[in-house]
Amino acid sequence: MTPLRPRVRRVPLNAAAVVTVVVCLFPVYWMVSTAFKPSRDIRSAEPRIVPCTWTLDHFRRAVQADGFELFWRNSVLVTLGAVLLSLFVALGASFAVARLRWKGRRQFMLLVFVAQMAPWESLIIPIYIISRDTDMLDRLPTLTLVYFMITLPFTIVVLRGFLATIPPELEEAAQVDGCTRTGAFTRVALPLLAPGLMATSLFGFITAWNEFAYANFLIIKQQDNRTLPVWLSSFQNTFGTDWGATMAASTLFALPALVIFLLLQRHVTSGFAAGAVKG
Amino acid sequence: MPAVRERPAPRVHRPPEEPPVRRPGRSPHHLWPYALIAPAVGGMLYLLVYPLVRAVVISLQDFRLRQLISGDAEFVGLRNYRTLLSDPRFWEVTGRTFVFMAVNVVLIMVISTLVALMTERLRRAGRTVVLCSLVLAWAMPVVAATTVFQWLFHSEFGIVNQSLTALGFGSFDRYPWFANGTASFTILVLLIVWQSVPFAAVTLYSALTTVPAELYESARLDGASGSRIFRSLTFPMLRPIFMLVLSLEVIWTFKAFVQIWVMTRGGPDDATTILPVYAVQTALSSQRYDLGSAASMITVVLMSGVLVLYFRQMFRQEDDPR
Repeated sequence: MTPLRPRVRRVPLNAAAVVTVVVCLFPVYWMVSTAFKPSRDIRSAEPRIVPCTWTLDHFRRAVQADGFELFWRNSVLVTLGAVLLSLFVALGASFAVARLRWKGRRQFMLLVFVAQMAPWESLIIPIYIISRDTDMLDRLPTLTLVYFMITLPFTIVVLRGFLATIPPELEEAAQVDGCTRTGAFTRVALPLLAPGLMATSLFGFITAWNEFAYANFLIIKQQDNRTLPVWLSSFQNTFGTDWGATMAASTLFALPALVIFLLLQRHVTSGFAAGAVKG
Repeated sequence: MPAVRERPAPRVHRPPEEPPVRRPGRSPHHLWPYALIAPAVGGMLYLLVYPLVRAVVISLQDFRLRQLISGDAEFVGLRNYRTLLSDPRFWEVTGRTFVFMAVNVVLIMVISTLVALMTERLRRAGRTVVLCSLVLAWAMPVVAATTVFQWLFHSEFGIVNQSLTALGFGSFDRYPWFANGTASFTILVLLIVWQSVPFAAVTLYSALTTVPAELYESARLDGASGSRIFRSLTFPMLRPIFMLVLSLEVIWTFKAFVQIWVMTRGGPDDATTILPVYAVQTALSSQRYDLGSAASMITVVLMSGVLVLYFRQMFRQEDDPR
């Protein structure tokens, strides 16, 4: 074999890599760059790949649009509420599954796995009717509860996985030294669990932050209680045909998710694979 | 790798003697685990099991706007299911759902397997760049990605039309993608494949990295060709993960409701209506909650077929001592 051959053989491989990167990134890039382009460049017959002048006008218009701040706040409140609730509940449940022996443990985990695969899109109608019957339609806590339920199974599965890697002997040693069982757990296991808590809460954050279907159908009359994805989807009414502002708003909305994912990159695969769930 | 790692630690082999102080009376310890799982079980009963039961009940009732307000729905047996099953539009939608799913899933699995194989062969720097861009595409929120695709395929100022025209396809000048059924369908497939390939590719890639390199070397020494190595070595090792990803993608494609709703609402002329869209349209727009629920239940039954395959795969993996 000549030394040239491997290099030549790498050409199609590298070309394929370049195509993959371009295809993955182009829509994201096009969103961000449109958001920075002046309107006359957006509405031109010859689009520029790199904007020649940059402007913040679109961002200003998106932020000043009716209710942007309000919807941002709604989204943050609902998301945080759902994530904290599901962390708290999942911590107890995963401790019970990973550390204690009891009858029905296997059945409980089966229920969790089923819940994880639950056909949420098919439950919109009954949940709409139940919320209506209990006077919970058009209210943010309803969304919080639904998102809590959507993220809970995944959180339990992943936290159980993390807890299983922490040897119980550590806690037992603390208990021998005079800690209570709860004390041993909070002082010894909880700090070791921090990466797991981080990963699951960030995944929960992304799921709840992006959820659209329930936000769209459970908040109908009370427009002030809408969340960002719903607001964004109604952009054509909000901005007319202002694509610059639409792309600016999309960028602002996508930013938290993009940043979190990049920070999490290393844990993304293992965590998602462990829970076998996508947002 | 995922489900295998999930196996509960083999508790049985732990030294049975725990500090004797901790078990004076056994009963309170017995109740602890149940108290700890109570909120989770309660949540699942109220927000998952109850709605599911409620959906079944509604699908067996005469439940329209009047019944929603007055709350006195009558049971009509399987009438709603009969109405649906004798409606040609419902069958069209069901058929379209399967076509949509098959096209998406095949594309996703083929492309992501190729991307995973490619990523594994790249040098370190290239691999990092590819993985980073996959993660970025994956992180794009569904609604944001959908608006971006609407912008890419905008009839007048969209970059796709402009590029195609510049490449000499004059017929794409101001081509109205969203007015044509097949074109809208194609855009939705592109969007869903673009969104789904990163997860599948990254998962398959990390499964690939667990295949020991010595196996490849010995196969190559034996003179096996690239495609032969893939067929007899890589694919069998990848199979469990491949099947998991496959069933997840089937389920997720069934749920590709948001993209369709935001982009086309099922239009033009039903061309992009799949079962979940049909159910919501029937229930919330035509106020036929009974028919909508029945359609949802049929969707759930179809999906649970896939779920059974998924769970069988998962439990086989868990029982497999490896």
